[in-house]
Amino acid sequence: MQDVEKIVNGQKLFLKEEYQTSLAAKKEFESSMGSVNPAKVEEVGEWTKSWDYREKNLAREAITVNPAKACQPLGAIMAGLGFENTMPYVHGSHGCVAYFRSYFTRHFKEPTPCVSDSMSESAAVFGGLANMKDGLRNCNAMYKPEHISVSTTCMAEVIGDDLNAFVQGAREEAEGELDDTLITYAHTPSFVGSHITGYDNMMKATLEQLNPPKSEKVVDEGRINIIPGFEPYLGSLAEVKEICAEFSDKIVMIGDHEAQWNTGAGEYQLYAGGTPMEVAKTAINAEATVSLQKYSTVQTAKTIKNKWKQGYETCNPIGLAGTDEFVMKLSELSGKEVSEKLKSERAQLVDAMQDSYPYMHGKKFAIYGDPDFLLGLVSFIVEMGGIPTHVLCHNAPRKGWEKDMQEILDKSPWAKDCQIWPNKDLWHLRSLLFTEPVDFMIGNVYGKELYRDTGTPLIRIGFPIFDRHHLHRYSISGYKGALNLLTWITNGILDQLDEETKDIGETDYFFDAVR
Amino acid sequence: MGPETLEALQQEAIAEVLEVYPAKAAKNRAKHLGVDSPEGVKGACDKTRSNKQTVPGVMSQRGCAYAGSKGVVWGPIKDMIHISHGPIGCGQYSRGGRRNYYIGTTGIDTFVTMNFTTDFSEKDIVFGGDKKLKQALTEIDELFPLNNGISIQSECPIGLIGDDIQAVAKVHKKESEKPTIAVSCEGFRGVSQSLGHHLANDAIRDEVMTDTSARDEFESTDYDVAIIGDYNIGGDAWATRILLEEIGLRVIAQWSGDATYKEMAIAPKAKLNLLHCYRSMNYISRHMEQEFNIPWMEYNFFGPSKTTESLRKIAEFFGKEVQDKAEAVIAKYTAMTDAVIAKYKPVLEGKKVMLYVGGLRPRHVIGAYEDLGMEIIGTGYEFAHGDDYKRTKEDIERSTLIYDDVNEYELEKFVQKLKPDLVAAGVKEKYVFQKMGLPFRQMHSWDYSGPYHGYDAFAVFAKDMDLAMNSPVWNHTKAPWEKEEVGA
Repeated sequence: MQDVEKIVNGQKLFLKEEYQTSLAAKKEFESSMGSVNPAKVEEVGEWTKSWDYREKNLAREAITVNPAKACQPLGAIMAGLGFENTMPYVHGSHGCVAYFRSYFTRHFKEPTPCVSDSMSESAAVFGGLANMKDGLRNCNAMYKPEHISVSTTCMAEVIGDDLNAFVQGAREEAEGELDDTLITYAHTPSFVGSHITGYDNMMKATLEQLNPPKSEKVVDEGRINIIPGFEPYLGSLAEVKEICAEFSDKIVMIGDHEAQWNTGAGEYQLYAGGTPMEVAKTAINAEATVSLQKYSTVQTAKTIKNKWKQGYETCNPIGLAGTDEFVMKLSELSGKEVSEKLKSERAQLVDAMQDSYPYMHGKKFAIYGDPDFLLGLVSFIVEMGGIPTHVLCHNAPRKGWEKDMQEILDKSPWAKDCQIWPNKDLWHLRSLLFTEPVDFMIGNVYGKELYRDTGTPLIRIGFPIFDRHHLHRYSISGYKGALNLLTWITNGILDQLDEETKDIGETDYFFDAVR
Repeated sequence: MGPETLEALQQEAIAEVLEVYPAKAAKNRAKHLGVDSPEGVKGACDKTRSNKQTVPGVMSQRGCAYAGSKGVVWGPIKDMIHISHGPIGCGQYSRGGRRNYYIGTTGIDTFVTMNFTTDFSEKDIVFGGDKKLKQALTEIDELFPLNNGISIQSECPIGLIGDDIQAVAKVHKKESEKPTIAVSCEGFRGVSQSLGHHLANDAIRDEVMTDTSARDEFESTDYDVAIIGDYNIGGDAWATRILLEEIGLRVIAQWSGDATYKEMAIAPKAKLNLLHCYRSMNYISRHMEQEFNIPWMEYNFFGPSKTTESLRKIAEFFGKEVQDKAEAVIAKYTAMTDAVIAKYKPVLEGKKVMLYVGGLRPRHVIGAYEDLGMEIIGTGYEFAHGDDYKRTKEDIERSTLIYDDVNEYELEKFVQKLKPDLVAAGVKEKYVFQKMGLPFRQMHSWDYSGPYHGYDAFAVFAKDMDLAMNSPVWNHTKAPWEKEEVGA
């Protein structure tokens, strides 16, 4: 029973004897093998650590277990929220939107605005036009957006709803209510690609639909667009903008969702920050666009390069070399020298890398996440002398990514020990960790169970991270972002070193006060 | 002059909220909003329209049928593997968020926090996914040999592309000799999670209740009960189970938090089914009553008043011996909960609370708050039906604003108008209200605390409410240089 002076929640409550007794007695009624025959659990558990299991596991074709990717509309919502006064609108069932909002909210600890038009059985039979007609009007009346960003769920895609016609139809019947609201729309089927595909499709559609045709393009000299991609690190967006400002005030971010998930206490704001519509509508006029996530903007790139005939570049400002390339690219495009501030930030980063390198050097890492994130992180690990033993990308792009990754790995003296695992999930990673162990894992919250099962410490960098707070506020991009990466990884290694050396009278001779 | 009574303020809040809508939506929403009080006649608890289509274009907090079936009913059954059948998203978004606690070796003999999905590609949509599903079932049995069955939880496309998952399940069941259960809980079906609960119950009825293998040799006692509709969030069912055991009952099954397949299958051996979440499992309770003659009883283990009331009602069913034990148990724990109340009531009394939860808690938790002297002035359900609203009437203590399928806009306006001291709802709402400087508790996940069922859990609940209401962090919102008050 609870001690009123020392009330404990479930974590400790269930350790009390009476609960342990009750839980033990429950086994009598259970069918799980742990209750029926614990030895069998032990035996199968051991087998799952074997090469034999690994072979069978890697041969799996139909069932995905513990994925490391999500679906298109999630990315579309992030793209939409990058624009000022924009309400993401998902044409489909509201269950999906409840999931998207919860997912982002659990990660950012912030509200996530997004509506749906609640399609149901009748919409499945007759199409979702009626839902869209009512939905756009209601959304507009209640949330007064300047811009509605429409994406779709798999349901709407399977029944083949025509967004172009629907949006037009809804406008015509809205009795003028939607006349002043911009509406952009993209098809984002969940059964194609992943969340980064949805980001790409929504960004492409937004830019195409907001901008005038090429014939009306008026080149705005010196203007450069930056597209951040599906970037969960809000601090990265801030730092990228800071770096850009070192070169020109005409470098603008297209799809800037930093403020939306970072509003202060005191008042709830439905919309915050974002790329102003006027800036979005003139994106075509820029001299060049730089995408910071090559593989989250594959389709968007086609619009910029082929339709707009605009200069298009990709950079990945994660890690030292990636940031150097980005900085040099901005210097080249703006015609301005690299500033003293950036030079100093770089020097400070390199200094810090040289201070901490002994701990990352020669350590083996397993790392998983989105394609561009991985290119940046793996590059940084290689720069530090770490060994990216397993690089796993569940949503690996079909073209180009593996080659890009191999080029980075080839810079490592241990390149031959590094393996790229495209389109594999985290249950595959479990087998890899048991058969070819590493020292540390880098990835999102879903690595937590792998940490429990394999004992490989998890350094949380990625998306989503639900079980640690505020990491998303930091930057992982630019020189200062690389310093954050260095700090997190080095201190993660040192925490583990303390953990391994803390046994009194056994290992604590190495439990050093100075590292 | 503002409205003079709480009720007038509540009525005014509704009128103001409805002003924003276009005519059609306003007409619809008006039927979902109302006011009722214990003495009210034909008030909102009798009249509120519920379980209807959500108005399109709003930020509803509702989920879908898949969420109701996979997320709520089937997902917690720990020794089975539940496949999210269709595209990648649904399984990922619903992974590990509900806190259905269980004991087992995850990945070997239990699987609740994992995500199994057929990860549909365009090819599967075009050519159908039955073949892939069959192969997935085979692969699961090879790699997870200790699973005690597989459920197939349909995502939206399945019902639209004409797949026959029932046929696939049937074949696999025959080959594997293990339960293989297909649930057509596509997210577009129905209007909320609620239909998913129903479909999940139907699948239990058809596939589990018909399986007598586990109950044939099961030895019953006269004191066997099953806990129905407790998902063991934060350990709720464990904190319930212990009380039932203490009064002399034998809990033979927990549905479905920390449940195993066998517990599902032997439940018809119970003498009484104890139903906590009426909304999600009344269907199967009614079925067991009709089919196996097992009576069912609703109970409420939130807060000491309701827990005591429920224990007495349950004990009465079993007669004097159990009743005597129950009184002893009640006396033992009441000493503790009285001390909890003495400790926390002084710092919580008179605080006003607005609730918005799923299908049970909007009424069930009222007693726990009222035990602490906190006053519920507004409550509503995401996916309740008329019978839930009728039952709500018994739990409200004062004039209460009732809102069905309230959307973010409405709830925000209601809160601004009624100025509660605490809002208790879901994660999507949480940060909206915290930004306004209002304490908030998540009432789906217990805000990563719990359990909240039973006497021991009430101590946790009281401590959590104190933590929420009386943390110094709420005093920092206004900067020292500001003259006007910030926030709601």
